[in-house]
Amino acid sequence: MVIYGVALLAGCMMVGLIIGDLLGQLLGIGANLGGVGIAMLLLIFITSWLKDHDRLPEATVSGINFWNAMYIPIVVAMAASQNVAAAFSGGLVALLAGVLAVVLGLLLVPVIAGKTSDEESRRSLAAATEGDE
Amino acid sequence: MMLESLIELFDKYHLVAAFAIIGLAMYAAYWVSARFTRGKLHGSAIAILIGLLLAWVGGVVTGGKHGLADISLFSGLGLMGGGMLRDLAIIATAYGVQFSEIRKAGVRGVVALFAGVIVSFVAGGAVAVAFGYTDPVDITTIGAGAVTYIVGPVTGATLGASSEVIALSIAAGLVKSILVMVVTPMSARMIGLDNPRSAMIFGGLIGTTSGVAAGLAATDARLVPYGAMTATFYTGLGILLAPTLLFLAVRALV
Repeated sequence: MVIYGVALLAGCMMVGLIIGDLLGQLLGIGANLGGVGIAMLLLIFITSWLKDHDRLPEATVSGINFWNAMYIPIVVAMAASQNVAAAFSGGLVALLAGVLAVVLGLLLVPVIAGKTSDEESRRSLAAATEGDE
Repeated sequence: MMLESLIELFDKYHLVAAFAIIGLAMYAAYWVSARFTRGKLHGSAIAILIGLLLAWVGGVVTGGKHGLADISLFSGLGLMGGGMLRDLAIIATAYGVQFSEIRKAGVRGVVALFAGVIVSFVAGGAVAVAFGYTDPVDITTIGAGAVTYIVGPVTGATLGASSEVIALSIAAGLVKSILVMVVTPMSARMIGLDNPRSAMIFGGLIGTTSGVAAGLAATDARLVPYGAMTATFYTGLGILLAPTLLFLAVRALV
């Protein structure tokens, strides 16, 4: 049933958020530390275990894939509800601080990534997509 | 009268109305992409740009904090694009991801996280100093704002910064987030952002969740889970480092 997939996704999210919350409390930062990332890892492990044991029927998968496919529309709705006006009204200090942080961050991507293993990584992305379709 | 009841209806069924509105916006964006850019500029990138533009209009018209969602006709956008459904959709993108890819980039992802928080903080702090701020609390708060628009106010509140400086730090974080949405698809080729490994490093370096989520969506949706995976730790790490270690460093230097 489709709801099994949605429930699995929701369950992973809640467990991940609980762990992230506990981590945050443990470090005394009063914020969720990596809850979404932990939930992603949980979903990867659980679905691949279920697939290996032939317990992941098509209907269940479609419950997950629906939300996967809704990702871009949701991001567009997110963009439409951002506080863009405040970003522009912060003056030159805010503007320059934000711009400099982005430029330096982007420039560091190739530095930390290194060139050599990118080819390999790109191939695996291509292979994974072929497998999906 | 007709108009009034129509607005009431949109308000009552806000989430459903938002699905229809976003669907329409997506259709328009993909049409523009195919018709005028021959698909060179992704439909999703155009849709996000339209969203940001509408958010700006909404903010100017209402003076509220939630862009277009502050106009009651479009209030469902706030729920649809809010943290809850966004995170659910981000997690869903992890389905089908190769764990081996994540493990391979793991160490560099962690390096990118620390580098990302520190570099953004220094960038924000340096701009604050250049504009004549001398109080370590102000410099730290503005630096933290350049990390994300959540780290800024949390740090400012912890250190007891003034509300003007906190507002400034939020604005710096918003500029960063919005700029990432727009600039990522344009610079993707230049910085080699076309594989899971560099996406994870990108997520760690940039970190601001909404920026990374939208930036990667506009570049190549297949990269989303990898970038989101590291970005999810970024704000927490920023809140951990900014009011403590980084504040001490600023105080020692100033």
